[in-house]
Amino acid sequence: MTTLSQWLAHGPLVSDGAWGTELQKQGLPPGTPPDLWNLAHPERVEAVARAYVEAGCQVLLTNTFRANSIAMDGDLAAINRAGVAISKRAAAASTSGQVLVFASIGPLGKLLSAGEIEPDAAQAAFAAQAAALEAGGADALLIETVSDPVEARLAVAAARSTGLPVIVSFAFDSGRNRDRTMTGATPEAAAAAMLEAGADAIGANCGIGIEQAIPLCRRFRAACALPIWIKPNAGLPRMVGSTAHYDVAPEAFAAHWSALVEAGAGFIGGCCGTTPDFTRALVRARCASS
Amino acid sequence: MSDLETLRQAVIDGDWKTAANATRNAIAAAVTPMAVINCLMPAMDEVGRRFDCEEYFVPEMLLSARAMKASMEIIRPLLAAAGAAPSARVVIGTVKGDLHDIGKNLVAAMLEGGGFEVIDLGADVAPERFVETAAARNAQLVALSALLTVTMTSMKTTIDAFRAAGIRDKVKIMVGGAPVTEQYAQSIGADGYGESAGAAVTLARKLVMQ
Repeated sequence: MTTLSQWLAHGPLVSDGAWGTELQKQGLPPGTPPDLWNLAHPERVEAVARAYVEAGCQVLLTNTFRANSIAMDGDLAAINRAGVAISKRAAAASTSGQVLVFASIGPLGKLLSAGEIEPDAAQAAFAAQAAALEAGGADALLIETVSDPVEARLAVAAARSTGLPVIVSFAFDSGRNRDRTMTGATPEAAAAAMLEAGADAIGANCGIGIEQAIPLCRRFRAACALPIWIKPNAGLPRMVGSTAHYDVAPEAFAAHWSALVEAGAGFIGGCCGTTPDFTRALVRARCASS
Repeated sequence: MSDLETLRQAVIDGDWKTAANATRNAIAAAVTPMAVINCLMPAMDEVGRRFDCEEYFVPEMLLSARAMKASMEIIRPLLAAAGAAPSARVVIGTVKGDLHDIGKNLVAAMLEGGGFEVIDLGADVAPERFVETAAARNAQLVALSALLTVTMTSMKTTIDAFRAAGIRDKVKIMVGGAPVTEQYAQSIGADGYGESAGAAVTLARKLVMQ
């Protein structure tokens, strides 16, 4: 797949930040699956997408993280297609150059390696979602926040059948050094499995703060030559009353830009706790370093 | 290998079929239910040790807990028939709005293995269902799980619902899950916080003794 390297030819790209918390600011009640809003309140989902585009992101995700048949019910094909359409509309409104739309595919929420779900059912769920996202017109498919390399392999197989570039991003949040996924996979094991599965890029999101992402990134680079996707949390949340507060400021987050690029990162954005302000800070860091 | 040695190894290996067979064989050979329990507990301690040493992760823990549960299901009726004190009853679930159940399933299995009677309400459980079930089934413990910062506030809503129903003092409420901390547990008026599935069992035992 040459497309990803073409996109990265002029240096690392800034991807967007968190969606769930931004949708809550738009009035999404806690507990409502955000994906449902692609059909119920597309204008509010688009407001979030536009905020990231206006902040200068070059890669925009879609509000489709949970829209697989194992994780939720509903008209999933329509939800997935609408999710891509919303992000494409926001991307098209960009005044600062091309914005790519990478469609988000999250984990199933059932553990294959503990026998909670059969491989056939898992692959079918991923295949249906990938097909809908491709039909919607996504530029690439992003399988994110996965823990289980076995599940990731099935997702990659399903995603590859669309012909789109496939990025796989793992959540490293377990083990003493927080460098294992929940199922125990190391960055090296994840990279080896994804090379074998035929993924076009590998990475880490959620789980970690941005400082911990740097050594993970180095380990990916040592393990494979694939482009690396990094999208860390803004530190760990602290509850104040009924809302989660993240103590890392946008500038402090973006201060790690150069170290991540040196470690091999090709795509840098933010996960839980980040906002369009973080995207703006990353865009400034990118401009300052180029 | 003796039946109990086979059972111990099957629990460590996460092989529930062998664990169930070994338990049946042991009982047929007149091994007492208490001796089976005394075999299961150190086996799970070994599983916990491997987890601490990063040899085991969540899937292995789940499989071992399932093997232990398969053995417990065989001996629980025997214990009851022998007049052993009925274990405490726990109502467990992932709170409203949160569909994640991997952590909750692990804690439920560990509690069952630890001798508790577990009523699992599943995921996305409304506060009223926790209250109604705990009251109807006379549960001593309620265990609440959440994975997301945006849904952990449902824990507070659930605890408040017990208060509103006037039965807050009838149950002990324990909470856990990735974003939950001891400090948060205290701030919402929970009786305890479990950092891991193993810690949840220890906590549950402590709470029912109070």
